[in-house]
Amino acid sequence: MGLDEQSSVEVKPVDKSKVWLLVKVAIILAVITIAEFAIAYMAPESWKWFKITVFVSLTIVKAFYIVAEFMHLKYEVKALIWSILIPMIFVVWLLIALINEGGAIFHAIY
Amino acid sequence: MASTATAQQIKNLWKGGVSPFRASYGKLMMWFFLLSDALTFSGLLITYGLLRYSKPAYEGTRDAFVPSQEYWPIPEKIFDGMPFLHGISLPLVFVAIMTFVLILSSVTMVLAVEAGSRMDRQGVIKWMLWTIIGGIAFLGCQAWEWSHFITGSGKEGWGIMLQDGTLFTGANLHMNEYGPQLFADLFFFITGFHGTHVLSGVIINIIIFYQVSVGVMEKRGHYEMVEKVGLYWHFVDLVWVFVFTFFYLI
Repeated sequence: MGLDEQSSVEVKPVDKSKVWLLVKVAIILAVITIAEFAIAYMAPESWKWFKITVFVSLTIVKAFYIVAEFMHLKYEVKALIWSILIPMIFVVWLLIALINEGGAIFHAIY
Repeated sequence: MASTATAQQIKNLWKGGVSPFRASYGKLMMWFFLLSDALTFSGLLITYGLLRYSKPAYEGTRDAFVPSQEYWPIPEKIFDGMPFLHGISLPLVFVAIMTFVLILSSVTMVLAVEAGSRMDRQGVIKWMLWTIIGGIAFLGCQAWEWSHFITGSGKEGWGIMLQDGTLFTGANLHMNEYGPQLFADLFFFITGFHGTHVLSGVIINIIIFYQVSVGVMEKRGHYEMVEKVGLYWHFVDLVWVFVFTFFYLI
């Protein structure tokens, strides 16, 4: 690749608002991780279900920001968004069903 | 896209004239691959959930915790080591740092994609290099985490007394000082499978980084390949977010 060929490529200027959006998402992800960590540290042991609920919901919030903004899914056509999301909804169902099943195995053994 | 394409382009656009989901072939296939990979990881994490709830939970207080084969351990008591700080209990600090490293490398990757959309080769080179460094740093952390888990923390009262009188510490696929055998097996499988993804992601990133540096993308006229490996890299980060929650926090 020659030098003049390199210079022929036009570099567009940075879109500040686009970069700021990405930095904002990064800050949100960092804050959520710190919050999760703080809750794991400080919440009393008896708050088990409170902790599980908070952790799972914060994880879903983080997943939303990664998939929507970083992976740009938010800006794809609706049909693609649903093709990705609907199989994942079935996964949630499987998770609930099999954790329930795990409890049944526990009661059968112990 | 299709409305502005020339006749020549339409011919190549999936041969039907309109590209499905208005996405390019490569990107769409990457999404389908990621979906199938997500199903694999879901399978592993759901297995963790099933097996965990089929074993007794630890009932006592956090401070009095001593691992036993009889009940599932509480992770913050298992993963409380830190390099250079032996013997100090820092629950989950190291894992939180690892999570940060991976999220940061995801941010640098997205900045590389952004630079690519502006045809800024120097920007792509800079940010992809940071992404690769982040990935390697994460792998290094995981190597430490694994070796710590395998050799054991050497805490007092921990370990399994063997019949010949020696004390077994740590864990492998046959024995586990931290709790039921399945706990160690799942640790190796889930974090190992994720680590393999990070490793292959780093290798793919290095290949694309090389191609960007020698000007392949500039010749091609677009940086879509960076976008595609970016999708994969964010997915690896996404999986770790779930592993962090389901394996370490809950």
